[in-house]
Amino acid sequence: MTNGTQAPDMAPPVRGRSLWQDALRRLSHNRAAVAAVVVLALVVLLAVVGPWIAPHAYDELYFDHVAIGPDLDAGFLFGTDTVGRDLFVRTLMGARISILVALAATSVSLLIGILYGAIAGFVGGRVDNLMMRFVDIMYALPFMFFVIILMVVFGRNIVLMFLALGAVEWLTMARIVRGQTLTLKNREFVEAAVASGVTRPRIILRHIIPNLLGPVAVYITLTIPQVILVESFLSFLGLGVQEPLTSLGVLISEGADEMETAPWMLIFPATVLATMLFCFNFIGDGVRDALDPKDR
Amino acid sequence: MGSYALRRLIGVVPTLLVIITVAFFMIRVAPGGPFDIERTLPPEIEANIKAAYDLDKPLVVQYIKYLGGVLTGDFGPSYKYKDFTVAELIGAGFPVSLKLGASAMLIALVLGVTLGTVAALRQNSALDYAVMTVAMTGIALPNFVIAPLLALVFGIYLSLLPVAGWSDGGMADMVLPVTAMALPYIAYIARLTRGSMIEVLRSNFIRTARAKGLPEHRVVTKHALRAALLPVVSFLGPATAGIITGSVVIEQIFQVPGIGRYFVQGALNRDYTLVMGVVIFYATLIMVLNLVVDLLYAVLDPRVRYK
Repeated sequence: MTNGTQAPDMAPPVRGRSLWQDALRRLSHNRAAVAAVVVLALVVLLAVVGPWIAPHAYDELYFDHVAIGPDLDAGFLFGTDTVGRDLFVRTLMGARISILVALAATSVSLLIGILYGAIAGFVGGRVDNLMMRFVDIMYALPFMFFVIILMVVFGRNIVLMFLALGAVEWLTMARIVRGQTLTLKNREFVEAAVASGVTRPRIILRHIIPNLLGPVAVYITLTIPQVILVESFLSFLGLGVQEPLTSLGVLISEGADEMETAPWMLIFPATVLATMLFCFNFIGDGVRDALDPKDR
Repeated sequence: MGSYALRRLIGVVPTLLVIITVAFFMIRVAPGGPFDIERTLPPEIEANIKAAYDLDKPLVVQYIKYLGGVLTGDFGPSYKYKDFTVAELIGAGFPVSLKLGASAMLIALVLGVTLGTVAALRQNSALDYAVMTVAMTGIALPNFVIAPLLALVFGIYLSLLPVAGWSDGGMADMVLPVTAMALPYIAYIARLTRGSMIEVLRSNFIRTARAKGLPEHRVVTKHALRAALLPVVSFLGPATAGIITGSVVIEQIFQVPGIGRYFVQGALNRDYTLVMGVVIFYATLIMVLNLVVDLLYAVLDPRVRYK
């Protein structure tokens, strides 16, 4: 029980283990999901190690190779951009940033959402009412616009973007977690914990949250592509990461400007982004089906 | 239901107040103002400019003045487009944005529901798989990827349609932006419709309808569709918000002179009043449309009763 990251360890030994094993078995029978996992793993691996082993640096300018198409002899797999930087490395860097933002923002949303939802659901009553009212109000806000204002006002700061995106995504998580907590808190094992004098924070952390992980896992697979999308959206508008750093949104935006003369600048980053989103969607569908068989 | 609508409408007010307040103060605590981008001005001139825009008054006074203005539909002058008020800019941009957004929504609904229904009726056929594969593509591809690709293929390679621009808002100018906007929602609505239609077609009242000898097309259009549309209707709220947000990018790509484009320009130029005006305007719009969707839900589903 000391290892907080492994779901099977947290659940009651026999039944919980079989639930997750069951899910894993079902997932491995879903060919689309397995293929998506493999492709995604490849993309992530390339994005993580690619920039280190690639022959060119992502910010190096080759003035004699400006805006050339894919050219294997010169070592430019995806061609170069308008100032002569290797597009292959830049695309990998972009994918790396996208994945980084997605993981960070998803973690922020998880942290806030799970704690908030679990507390609201477990404490209940007026506190619950107040907390969920607040979530309702936040839901009504056009959040995209607020993130944009935030980026405009405080400058294009990647840490701020993690926080802003996480702050947008936690709302749904809080709702899901609260709903689950409500059903969990009347179960016998929670009653037993209460009866044996465990404090409420400990019950939430040790008994409620580990049992929430199923729906949370489903929601994570939906949140990650969502965040990647939003980050690319902001970068596309020129509000995301700054030069010479890059992200897929920035590359697609640059590519869209040059598509008449250098279509590869649009097509390659767009393909990588689309591939990643495709994979996440397939995996998300697969995980949902695997954990919730009645929904098939 | 009338009183429910009224109460919801009143509930919009505090939310709007929160939006205005947060947006106002967030922008005012920002480092750097709209007028310190270019070279430094002599202090007297700077003081004059600040006085003209009330920036020299205490924050609370500015806030109350702004709030009073918003109540009367006055969002103040634009900092960047100096001869225009924000209200004028929004007034000029909104018909264009509305035309785009409403067309996209309508097309998404009609095509999405049709495709979804057809796929559900022929479940697990080649047609079903084809529709769902295309739908998956539509969902996975963001509109800012679809839009330039459409422009590349239809505008440049095939030279069928203008790449961008909005000469008079004619048909040719609208095809690409509307398509790019509608595609993800066609996909999503098709998936939703298919899912719920499959479930509805298995339910008892459909069996009854068939048993009493109704022809299949009547069973589908008259009985099944109404129940199957419920998830689609509840998706309309988020979809509207999404189309409005998406219009920001689409208008930018296709150079459409709508509100979204003003918003991006305003954001990049630190034209604070314009940005706030657009946020407040769109927030109100989204909330009112959400209310309409909820009421529509009650009309369609006799089990839902608002008190």
